[in-house]
Amino acid sequence: MSLWEYANPRKFMALSGAVLPIAAVGTAVAMVVGLVWGFFFTPDDYRQGSTVKIIYIHVPSAMIAINCWLMMLITSLVWLIRRHHVSALAAKAAAPIGATMTVIALLTGAIWGQPMWGTWWAWDPRLTSFLILFLFYLGYMALWAAVENPDTAAELTSVLCIVGSVFAVLSRYALVFWNQGLHQGASLSLDKEENVSDVFYWPLLICIAGFVGLFITLVLLRTRTEVRDRRLKALIARERMA
Amino acid sequence: MIALLKRDLALAVRAGGGFGLALAFFLIVVTLTPFAVGPNAGTLSIIAAGILWLGALLSCLLSLDRILALDYEDGALELLATAPIPLEAVAGIKALAHWLTTGLPLTLVAPVLGVLLNLPEPGYLWLTLSLAIGTPALSVVGTFGAALTVGLKRGGLLLSLIVLPLYVPTLIFGAEVARRASEGMPISEFSTPLALLAGITLGTLALLPFASAAAIRINLR
Amino acid sequence: MEVIVEDLAVVRGGMRVLEGVGFRLEAGRALVLRGPNGIGKTTLLRTLAGLQPADGGRVAPGPEVMAYASHADGIKATLSVSENLAFWAGLHGVQSIAAALADFNLEALEARPAGSLSAGQKRRLGLARMAVTGRPVWLLDEPTVSLDLASVGLFAAAVRRHLEAGGSAVIATHIDLGLDGAEVLELGPFKAAPPEHDHDFHEAFL
Repeated sequence: MSLWEYANPRKFMALSGAVLPIAAVGTAVAMVVGLVWGFFFTPDDYRQGSTVKIIYIHVPSAMIAINCWLMMLITSLVWLIRRHHVSALAAKAAAPIGATMTVIALLTGAIWGQPMWGTWWAWDPRLTSFLILFLFYLGYMALWAAVENPDTAAELTSVLCIVGSVFAVLSRYALVFWNQGLHQGASLSLDKEENVSDVFYWPLLICIAGFVGLFITLVLLRTRTEVRDRRLKALIARERMA
Repeated sequence: MIALLKRDLALAVRAGGGFGLALAFFLIVVTLTPFAVGPNAGTLSIIAAGILWLGALLSCLLSLDRILALDYEDGALELLATAPIPLEAVAGIKALAHWLTTGLPLTLVAPVLGVLLNLPEPGYLWLTLSLAIGTPALSVVGTFGAALTVGLKRGGLLLSLIVLPLYVPTLIFGAEVARRASEGMPISEFSTPLALLAGITLGTLALLPFASAAAIRINLR
Repeated sequence: MEVIVEDLAVVRGGMRVLEGVGFRLEAGRALVLRGPNGIGKTTLLRTLAGLQPADGGRVAPGPEVMAYASHADGIKATLSVSENLAFWAGLHGVQSIAAALADFNLEALEARPAGSLSAGQKRRLGLARMAVTGRPVWLLDEPTVSLDLASVGLFAAAVRRHLEAGGSAVIATHIDLGLDGAEVLELGPFKAAPPEHDHDFHEAFL
């Protein structure tokens, strides 16, 4: 019994069906607790006032936006190497979620940036790389939508995802070179001293857990839809053959 | 392989080959720019290097779908795939042919158009050189985009959507070289972006034909 | 050269369309593929040519001896007849196109742009292209589409000459080309059985 067993569509459907309610409930609890705690039970920042509270949406969505692409890269590699259809479908299912998270991160960033920096938008490397990440998501989804044969689409988007990842990293460093920027450093890191202070830290961590849960729930849900869609198409094709 | 290069060049120059379209487009972009930003010589000379790089990039983009689509439509791509040369070489040669018929002419005409935009004098040499070094990457990346979308009926717009984000690093470094040079900075100020630009070109030349060939194979299946 | 195909399984769009295909093609012989539309004639030819991976089975020798021609023959309208031929010859490492021009009666048309040829002349050019690959096994997909009766005759003669020279051919066609001793392979019996419902629900989503 190996991990790859769950790449079988039927096993995946059974397992994901069982996991989905738990993930959904966990997500709801974490989101409610994290956001309520963060919005109503933390003090205002002495410099930024209450605008700082947008951090509870901005940071988690930005993290998901990047890691979603990483997940797509991994599932694309799994599809190319091990030919598990569910893996390719999971990548397809994740893309719109990643794109949405990117937009959320950009929008909340703009709302936060207006009072802080006095501008909705600046061509800062971090902001710009998110905008470019969004373009990558768009291209990826458009390619999925344009290719009719699902297997061909899976292969082409996987190749695009891999090449795109290389160029995304390249762009990231090119942007740093291009403009030094005014975005603050990372809010969280494993090195505790750099972190935001404790009062913000815990609710933020719970919010991140909530967003991760939301991501997992949505990806499972959408992948299940994709599997059903493929099954439907396979059944129709078989009907036609018989 | 030389035969393929010769044929592609011949096809591009013959009637209906589309040679010169990219150049005309480049000219139009440069002509329209002063209409948009005003005829002030000072303004133009500030943005000249960037506009020329962007114009060259867009002109290059315009001709990408011809790289493989025509060969796909008339079956030649299938026959090339069954011929005794590796598809990776086909992808590389196609990119080379595209550069010789698009990137190279654009590079050569860019300094002439620079005059129209009041490009400061120290910029001419490095604008031309940065285009010469950077445009091969545009052709190679573009060939990859064309390979991804070759089987699609209306792939043109999708091709742009896929390729443009991939052009970001090349544009940043290329335009940076031209911009800094035109501001009269010494070469030590832009040798880093120049080296990075060359690195991108060499890296894409070495690796992307493999991805392009994989995409062509998938699309022919 | 003898081509041996054993137990070949052909896939299209992720589904097996033909399975257990087997035949033996000796030098100088032609094999005509028959079967209703959609049975997988084109897919079988493409699999033999190496354009599509097979799902199992064996083809010996492989795609390097096959010259494939589909409906589209890769002829460039703006290049002349001899330029078109010289290109494909050069790609396959063949030096001279003179023999092919003579064999397919194209000498008079040598300098004409291929775009100005008639349908029959184009098809002859397509065949000459196969000849300059120097590959012995021709895979022809519906080669007589859009040809009138006289052109079909010329076409059949060209194929016959190729066979006499020791080559062989696999032809998917609905009409009788009048090739002596051509074997016929009905593809109907090789049609893949639809996958069973739940037992095969592994990767194919069934």
